[in-house]
Amino acid sequence: MAGEERSVKVKIDHVEKIYEGRNGKMIALNGVDFEIKENEFICVVGPSGCGKSTLLNIIAGLLEPTSGAVYVDGKKVEGTGIERGVVFQQYALFPWLTVLQNVMFGLKLKGMSDAQAKEIAMKYIKMVQLEDFVHSYPKELSGGMKQRVAIARAYAVQPEVLLMDEPFGALDAQTRTQLQSELIHTWQEEKKTCFFITHDVEEAIILANKVIIMSARPGRIKKVVDIDLPYPRTQEMKMEKPFLDLKAYIWGEVYKEYLEVRK
Amino acid sequence: MNEKKKNDSVARAGNHIFIPDWGWLILSGLAALVLWYFLSINDKTGRSFPFVPYIIEAVKTVVKRGILWQDFSSSMISVVLGFALGFVTAVPVAFLMAWYKPVRYIIEPWIQFIRNIPPLAYVPLVVISAGVGRRPQVIVIWLATFLIMTVTIYQGVRNVDETLIKAARVLGAKDKDIFVKVVFPATTPFILTAVRLGVSVALTTLIAAESTGATAGMGMRIRSFSNSFEVAPMLLYIILIGIIGITSEKIIKTLERKLTGWQEKREV
Repeated sequence: MAGEERSVKVKIDHVEKIYEGRNGKMIALNGVDFEIKENEFICVVGPSGCGKSTLLNIIAGLLEPTSGAVYVDGKKVEGTGIERGVVFQQYALFPWLTVLQNVMFGLKLKGMSDAQAKEIAMKYIKMVQLEDFVHSYPKELSGGMKQRVAIARAYAVQPEVLLMDEPFGALDAQTRTQLQSELIHTWQEEKKTCFFITHDVEEAIILANKVIIMSARPGRIKKVVDIDLPYPRTQEMKMEKPFLDLKAYIWGEVYKEYLEVRK
Repeated sequence: MNEKKKNDSVARAGNHIFIPDWGWLILSGLAALVLWYFLSINDKTGRSFPFVPYIIEAVKTVVKRGILWQDFSSSMISVVLGFALGFVTAVPVAFLMAWYKPVRYIIEPWIQFIRNIPPLAYVPLVVISAGVGRRPQVIVIWLATFLIMTVTIYQGVRNVDETLIKAARVLGAKDKDIFVKVVFPATTPFILTAVRLGVSVALTTLIAAESTGATAGMGMRIRSFSNSFEVAPMLLYIILIGIIGITSEKIIKTLERKLTGWQEKREV
């Protein structure tokens, strides 16, 4: 991906987030500056408490920064917007709606007719291979299936930026690798600017163009690592040298941070 | 394996016989009849439990005297009015309590306090201001159902999963959409539970409410039968109240299953 000139999609401009707690101030983000280019896949790794989720919530517009700002296509983020989709770790499906109704939720809010919304929703339900479960309720689905629905729901409203907060964190290893492969595939088919948070270094490398390593207390960006692995990416790459080198390096950096936090 | 063994050792005689649900119902009814029969022939309890023929006789009497329908409809009007008032006031108060801290902090302790006083205790107090007749009955039922339903719905609104609201927001939902499409459906199971508890409280409160100065009603009639030692009609009315209670509960439970079948776990 190196050398390709792409426009800046998301600009994180000196974002700071301070929580005023009972025990005084807690600096969650300490001046984060970063640019995400169009259609770039960014993965963020770092120890718990490094402010990754806070940063994601600020980009999503669910949280306000204490100072600094986030710009999408040069426009300052104020509140949520459908050009920024979010996939949550806890799936966040509406339990009273079927798979189809969940995916249609955002489309209906856009003011689409039932027929129109249904057509688009079906397209994305097929994309995540759940066409046999359109009329099922979330309680009838496994964790992996629920997260597929959440991804389809986020994709359906056609956001330009997709924010994912440890989406595969609650899944078992096998389902997780499967969903990773699916996500790579989807991202290649329908390019989006992705901002993906994970604890899993392997997951970060297999998905990302760039891995951001964050450090904790106060949360800030420590290192940015370019991932030059070729596409299409496969699970087999996880066994090859370039991957393993990256993994050893990134994991080492994250581990140092982890030790810092423990002090 | 272990689990199975345990189950087997726990199993008592009869657990391996297959009897359909309606069969059990009939058996249960027969068992009650037998118990009732023995109570009716016993010297001590016989006076309180006249057996079936007397009850059938009592049905004829109360129908002939034209009081059964009068009492039933009078009680139901009080219950429905009181419950309806309780419901339409509980919903907004519960939402206000859940959303606004000052409302919650000022109101909640009193709701908990009054909720723990049996309505029977404050009926006379209400009668002093509201006079006799239907008005105090409706007021007492209103108060009792309002309290229980407010507490239940309030819990429901507070329990709405924050992530669902976030998920709706990032999909483009405005405040109004969030209320109509997320908070309301998410609260539905609690509202239905509140309705079920409210109806049950309405019935128990009714009898207390009718104890002073009512001119008709199931509770009032039981008192008057008691004064004239008409035991069979009294027992008949008590059974009828039970039937009304269980019927309304069954109806609401069916409604709950229909409307909130999507839930992972069902509230008890």
